[in-house]
Amino acid sequence: MAGQVDALYLFLVLISTFFSLLIAICIIYFAIRYRKTAGHSAEQIHGSTLLEIVWTVIPLGISMVIFVWGAWLYFHLERPPAHALEIYGEAKQWMWKFQYPAGQREINSLHVPTGQPVKVTLISDDVIHSFFVPAFRVKQDVLPNRYRMVWFEATTPGTYHLFCSQYCGTNHSAMIGEVTVMKPEDFAAWLESGKAEGSLASMGEKMFQQYGCTTCHRPDSGARGPNLEGLFGRPVRLQDNRVVLADENYIRESILDPNAKIVNGFQPIMPTFRGVINEDQMVQIVAYIKSMSQQTGEPLNNRSTPGQIRDTEVPNVQQQMQQDNQKQKPTGKQP
Amino acid sequence: MSSTAETAEHVMPARHYLNDNYGIRSWLLTKDHKRIAMLYLISITVFFFIGGIFAALIRLHLLTPGGELFSKDVYNKLFTMHGVNMIFFFLVPSVPAVLGNFVIPLMVGAKDLAFPKINLLSWYIYIIGGTFSLIAMVSGGVDTGWTFYTPLSSGFLHTNVITMVVGVIFAGFSSIFTGLNFIVTVHRMRAPGLTWGRLPLMVWSNYATSIIMILATPVLAITLILLGLERGFHIGIFDPKLGGDPVLFQHMFWFYSHPAVYIMILPGMGVISEIIPCFSRKRIFGYSFVAFSSIAIAVFGFVVWAHHMFVAGISVYSAMVFSLLSYAVAIPSAVKVFNWTATMYKGSVSMDTPMLYAMGFIGLFTIGGLTGLFLAALGLDIHIHDTYFVIAHFHFIMVGGMVMAYLGGVHYWWPKMTGRLYPEAAAKLAAIVTFIGFNLTFFPQFILGYMGMPRRYAMYSPEFQVLNVLSSAGASILAVGFILPGIYLLWSLKYGPVAGPNPWRATGLEWQTTSPPPTHNFHQTPVVTQDAYHYGAGEEVTVVP
Repeated sequence: MAGQVDALYLFLVLISTFFSLLIAICIIYFAIRYRKTAGHSAEQIHGSTLLEIVWTVIPLGISMVIFVWGAWLYFHLERPPAHALEIYGEAKQWMWKFQYPAGQREINSLHVPTGQPVKVTLISDDVIHSFFVPAFRVKQDVLPNRYRMVWFEATTPGTYHLFCSQYCGTNHSAMIGEVTVMKPEDFAAWLESGKAEGSLASMGEKMFQQYGCTTCHRPDSGARGPNLEGLFGRPVRLQDNRVVLADENYIRESILDPNAKIVNGFQPIMPTFRGVINEDQMVQIVAYIKSMSQQTGEPLNNRSTPGQIRDTEVPNVQQQMQQDNQKQKPTGKQP
Repeated sequence: MSSTAETAEHVMPARHYLNDNYGIRSWLLTKDHKRIAMLYLISITVFFFIGGIFAALIRLHLLTPGGELFSKDVYNKLFTMHGVNMIFFFLVPSVPAVLGNFVIPLMVGAKDLAFPKINLLSWYIYIIGGTFSLIAMVSGGVDTGWTFYTPLSSGFLHTNVITMVVGVIFAGFSSIFTGLNFIVTVHRMRAPGLTWGRLPLMVWSNYATSIIMILATPVLAITLILLGLERGFHIGIFDPKLGGDPVLFQHMFWFYSHPAVYIMILPGMGVISEIIPCFSRKRIFGYSFVAFSSIAIAVFGFVVWAHHMFVAGISVYSAMVFSLLSYAVAIPSAVKVFNWTATMYKGSVSMDTPMLYAMGFIGLFTIGGLTGLFLAALGLDIHIHDTYFVIAHFHFIMVGGMVMAYLGGVHYWWPKMTGRLYPEAAAKLAAIVTFIGFNLTFFPQFILGYMGMPRRYAMYSPEFQVLNVLSSAGASILAVGFILPGIYLLWSLKYGPVAGPNPWRATGLEWQTTSPPPTHNFHQTPVVTQDAYHYGAGEEVTVVP
């Protein structure tokens, strides 16, 4: 995509250079050619409707070309391909945390393979941040109340800047990281070497049991909550007859604010898990609910993920993250 | 001496608004729009130089990538206070409250604005707002960024957010009062014969600005009050932890702050529309197109706010609508640029200082406007949003456009305001130094932005250093360009040659009275029989002293 963004940029640079030079040359030429001299007086011209139409329509036409081109790119950038590698990212003052489907975790560092689309699902723990990798020409604000996606396909191995581009307080300019792009085989090896205590989905499943979700969300007909099998990616009819898509944001909202969207035929009896489940765990539960659709034949993105390592024991990455959490306490008051 | 200025010796009029009465009371309780304009001139100049000092410290800090000069917190305060000062306490009031206040009643042939006491009140409210902002600055500063984005500003920062927000709300009310005054004055107090089709374009553009001020500024007040409620009383509006939505703040903030861009630039366009015909000795090309493009900008300006939010997570379809409308608002600006350029065609052009500023304005505003097309292009905005590209873009509009227009206007009407001419050679030098310094400061920032340097960074990656050093070097030249007028304009108050009523042989009604004008502007109510800018044959104006 970077090449296509650059192409539009170059087109705009050419257009801008042309018009800037046109105006500058006209002004300088008129100022010299028609400078005030003895015996020469200005020729009074009121205007020209034809010219006005010309210089309204031509810029309008050019800007419509730019608009369509820009919108086409935007649609492309906003629609991740189905087979993308899914990574979950969390932004907080002032660090980036990433989780891979198989459970590996990283801080201020993101490893991705070449030649495969990568989709990063992002959420913030505190204020608004923004995920910006200049080399990939992608940027996405990271909001504290809903998941946002960003996707890219890296082409050249190397390390690239990861910046936070939305001002987020004291260490905004230090909220930076590195994106390491690796050849697919190197990436697979890197994943193998990464230690994880279990895939996101399997950890989510444990959480699902632990919080007693299974008491109500069961596959039988007498269940008090909707059956979550095959839910992900499907439309859901609500009590007020609205239909919403069961995506990551829907699942997150239903856990934190269960009464916001009541599924048709069910009672608003679910308690909120706000303050109980943190964003890391949320990602795991979402991954588990996604995996429940996998079994019903629903295409699931992370199935094609290379190197699905399950239940590898070595928790030191998590320990390090906990330490980091303690170190990086936000300076502001947390209402 | 200017080449256009008449060579005959002039004498200052015996009685004028400056010497009608003396003493601090006569200034602080004045209801004369011209004196209020002078009060505004002094106060916004103070804020301009405070904001300028912050800018200078920012550029000094960014000389090295490691950001050794100030701590990150101090740097964050510097760019916040630079932005708040320059936008709310300098740019918004600059042309309307100083130049507009002074010349609009003169231009429409009125004795004063419609509500002189409200005009004075607006200055006091501005000063109260400015005082709050100064208190916020000296008692520890603010580090929210001028955009006050939530939930950072409402729940996370420990600085003087509320004090600053109160100051901004006051400044907003002062511009509402100014706008109200202009609208009523233009509707009700035009001289006999001065039809809408004969109004100077300065009046048209300030009229369009006033509409935006009245309709958009209350939304800013509401937004900032809600921010204060959330911060002070934990009422959940924007912070998701309290059940709010942070993107809502951005919608509300930009609903004011995008139109505010036009509050800042439209009056500048009005100034340029006065200067170019005068120094080309020609009617403006396409009067009605220039006039109505101001109204079009004012109207379209209200429906493009979400183009500041293309990466904030709005839906792709609403992003498309806002992108399309953003291109629509670009067209009237292009029309103006083409008409100004065409006005010079076959004119009799003299390159006096105001004209130099006007020509600089056209060039820089064109670049600023064209780079707006980059930012409105959805797929491209994703990359350059919140980088130095944006910084460069809006400084081309705000400094290259508005400040150049303001300085052009100050030089153009200085003889009218003070009765004296400034030293032309020094003024030309300042205009050229400003132009060079400006380009050197801000052009490298376009490249920095495309390379990916995010804005509001206290330290940066070493590959960005060369361009940052260039930019800082440019800023030091720009500073000279801004300090020079401060010196020679003050000098001219005492030593400048007496200007006479109409040193530029301009056509507006403001030139048909003495310089400085008497307290009630005209000894006889003028009667208008011609279109605006009737330069050329019969352009000589008789003056009733």
